[in-house]
Amino acid sequence: MKPEASIQTGVLHPPPEDVLIDIRDLHKSFGDRKVLQGVNLQVRRGTSAVVLGGSGTGKSVLIKHIVKLLTPDKGEVWVLGKRADLLEGDELDRLRLSIGYLFQSGALFDSMTVYENMDFILERHTTLSRQEREARIMEMLRWVRLEHTVHQYPAELSGGQRKRVALARAIILEPQIMLYDEPTTGLDPISVRTVSYLIRRLQRERGVTSIAITHDLLCAKIITDEAHFLYGGKLVASGTLDEVRHSSHPAVREFFGEDLNSLI
Amino acid sequence: MAFEARESIFWELVERTGAFAGFVAEFFRRFWRPPYEWKELINQMDEAGSRSFILIAVTGLAIGVVLSMQSRGTLIRFGAESVLPSLLALSVIKEMGPVFTSIMLAGRLGAGMGAELGSMRVTEQIDALEVAALKPFNYLVVTRVLACMIMFPVMTIFTDVIALAGGFVDSAINLNMDYRIYIDTALSSLRFSDILVDTGKTVIFGFIVGMVSCFLGYTVKGGTRQVGQAAMQAVVFSSLLVLLADVIVVRISMLLFS
Repeated sequence: MKPEASIQTGVLHPPPEDVLIDIRDLHKSFGDRKVLQGVNLQVRRGTSAVVLGGSGTGKSVLIKHIVKLLTPDKGEVWVLGKRADLLEGDELDRLRLSIGYLFQSGALFDSMTVYENMDFILERHTTLSRQEREARIMEMLRWVRLEHTVHQYPAELSGGQRKRVALARAIILEPQIMLYDEPTTGLDPISVRTVSYLIRRLQRERGVTSIAITHDLLCAKIITDEAHFLYGGKLVASGTLDEVRHSSHPAVREFFGEDLNSLI
Repeated sequence: MAFEARESIFWELVERTGAFAGFVAEFFRRFWRPPYEWKELINQMDEAGSRSFILIAVTGLAIGVVLSMQSRGTLIRFGAESVLPSLLALSVIKEMGPVFTSIMLAGRLGAGMGAELGSMRVTEQIDALEVAALKPFNYLVVTRVLACMIMFPVMTIFTDVIALAGGFVDSAINLNMDYRIYIDTALSSLRFSDILVDTGKTVIFGFIVGMVSCFLGYTVKGGTRQVGQAAMQAVVFSSLLVLLADVIVVRISMLLFS
């Protein structure tokens, strides 16, 4: 049976309306290496979920399934009421345009200036005039306090500035969902706070639903509504950040090590 | 152990060949469908054309002068120096021009495309295009392959003209050959089908160089070391495949036009 037919005939069961992301029994392997082994995750509208875990535990692999950069070996990925893992072509494009993605490296197009990076997306996906696009770009850059970088190339920016420009680019089409892949990795503590508070503001001021994956506890402390801990291909602890921190799972205890409050 | 290693290399080769076939099929599935990235196509044509011009000019000049110098002595021994323009025209237009141009462009463009797309892949820029629904295959691959297919014949004509001019300079200096005799003799030895087929075959060479280089860059996995390897492999494989394709095209054209 074709996937579209399955959705239309109701054979598949979409999540409730207030659940924007619903990942069910997700399995993913690369060769013999089993990375995800039955991950279940729900994110409600307007909330900020954080997936914690050590390096190489499959956190990035998990969120790449939400925009179908990867397809699961088994399981379902529901995003905005649609099976993201089954979508193709224009339908997949439409879903992707509802999602902003902040990559670990920022992934700014290095042959373009900051302005061109943002205009490249606006020009192709909106019918705005040149003046309107310029106004939108400047508004976004002002929001991340980097309007002075508009004509600079990514190579001329600091790590923190690159992340903030990448964030501005990711929200330029006003997505309903934001995915953050290690948003603060490699940044100094001041930049970590700046980027983390921007992520928090985005959720509070614009009602954006988000999933962030990180192993940065300072960032997690600032942005988390609901925390999950990924280990051995499964979410082994879920709840508030405090609840996860007090989990009895040995991997979680080892990860947090010392008292989180002492870090802040 | 050695057998297992050989078997593993064999299966990797089969897998990569299959992936390349899929990549080529994707090109034919997408190149005629929107979005049409005209601006990027022109940028890439500029890269393959005007920015390669000096390289191509020097190559053409060297071919013409060296071929003329090498052939002149032998032809004089047989009293046949008058056929030098014909010999130059046939050599340059039928073989030297198309192949040398394609190999030089494979070196310059192949390495550039392999490295550029490879570094875009490892820094997640291609993923960023993908999740922004910007069709990176159309933007990055289709434009580069089409630019190569359009610009290889154009650059080959440049090479041919400059090589024949270089041959004339050498002939004029050493044989006191008049330019009217030179042009007349050179052109009289050529048929239109020679020019058409032998310049036209560089469309295929351009396709090969563009496709192979884009494939190796676009599918890089790993880090900077793999990007460097992709750039190097792009030059090696595209040059070898150009030479192989030349043998096949010449054989077919001889069957069709001889």
